[in-house]
Amino acid sequence: MITITVNSQRHDIDVDPNMPLLWAIRDILGLTGTKFGCGAAQCGACTVHLNGEAVRSCVTKTGRAAGQNIVTIEGLSSGNNHPLQLAWNEMNVPQCGYCQSGQIMSAVVLLRENPNPTDQDIDDAMSGNICRCGTYQRIRAAIHKAAAMQAEGAKS
Amino acid sequence: MKKLIIITGIVLIAGMITLSFRELPATKESSFATLPKDSIGSVKAYMSVYKVLMSARCMNCHPSGNAPLQGDDNHIHTMNVQRGVDGKGVYSMRCNNCHQAENTAGPHMPPGNPKWGLPPAHMRMVFQGRTPRQLALQLLDPKQNGGRTKAQLIDHMANDELVGWAWHPGEGRTLPPMSRLAFATQVRLWIAKGAYAPSAKAK
Ligand code: FES
Ligand code: FES
Repeated sequence: MITITVNSQRHDIDVDPNMPLLWAIRDILGLTGTKFGCGAAQCGACTVHLNGEAVRSCVTKTGRAAGQNIVTIEGLSSGNNHPLQLAWNEMNVPQCGYCQSGQIMSAVVLLRENPNPTDQDIDDAMSGNICRCGTYQRIRAAIHKAAAMQAEGAKS
Repeated sequence: MKKLIIITGIVLIAGMITLSFRELPATKESSFATLPKDSIGSVKAYMSVYKVLMSARCMNCHPSGNAPLQGDDNHIHTMNVQRGVDGKGVYSMRCNNCHQAENTAGPHMPPGNPKWGLPPAHMRMVFQGRTPRQLALQLLDPKQNGGRTKAQLIDHMANDELVGWAWHPGEGRTLPPMSRLAFATQVRLWIAKGAYAPSAKAK
């Protein structure tokens, strides 16, 4: 039995500790917002937060997450209103959408550590997240927008 | 005859050093064996150490730039991975976001180790592009080698867990050109015989 906390909820799950965390999240807990792309830490579609860090859940074993805090796209905000989610909506970032929860989870870490990122900072943070539809320009714009919204929010 | 005795003596001493270190548990070594100063023997041992350090498994994490390298051709790590201040990456691109405490099974899967990372930005310990002489001087200089004494340098090469990963790199990755034990022995001989740096002409 492994205890993991996902989106502030504790779960005792009976799985092999070697099971990829992604499978536990999707198949056992039914949280399907996190996607399977490559299964080899190459694409970023499966990005979730493990104690705040943007881990690739396809290569992270469930055992590593035991007793730790995991946040998935479903738990990022209470009303889909994280500045990045709002900016993503406003800029119509997704095309097919498959990569986008991973993109947002990576961008969250960037904005937390660097509230006012340059284009270079965005490149450095986001290059591990691939988008087959090529929405990179809108992702960049939305991150800048979210940074501005976050700064506004902090002022008011 | 005299020559034979001397050679036998040297072989015996070298053998004893190897054996005695073989017994040592993987703990900090605070002192090191010394032999009579011998610049030729010391440099010869160093040159085999250099070959290991320049092999892909070692050099790929000691790049001249701020991105790690990958593969036996030492290409720059895909995904624009960056060293970061602490050598463990930046933002959502931290090394252990993908690299686990152990190798992930299968070809082209991320290799892993609990200490996975590059040297930090303030102590980059570059191997890539260094000549044998440059690298020897750098390895011996505490200002450039992470503040290590000679004993600590030996300890790092012989016992450090992340260095040891090079000999267990996971599927599809070539090994350094000699075993870890042989490598550690050459490091010890290099230093025991006087820690000489090769001439600038050495390749
Ligand atoms: S599915 Fe995990 S990185 Fe591609
Ligand atoms: S929106 Fe289709 S893969 Fe990114």
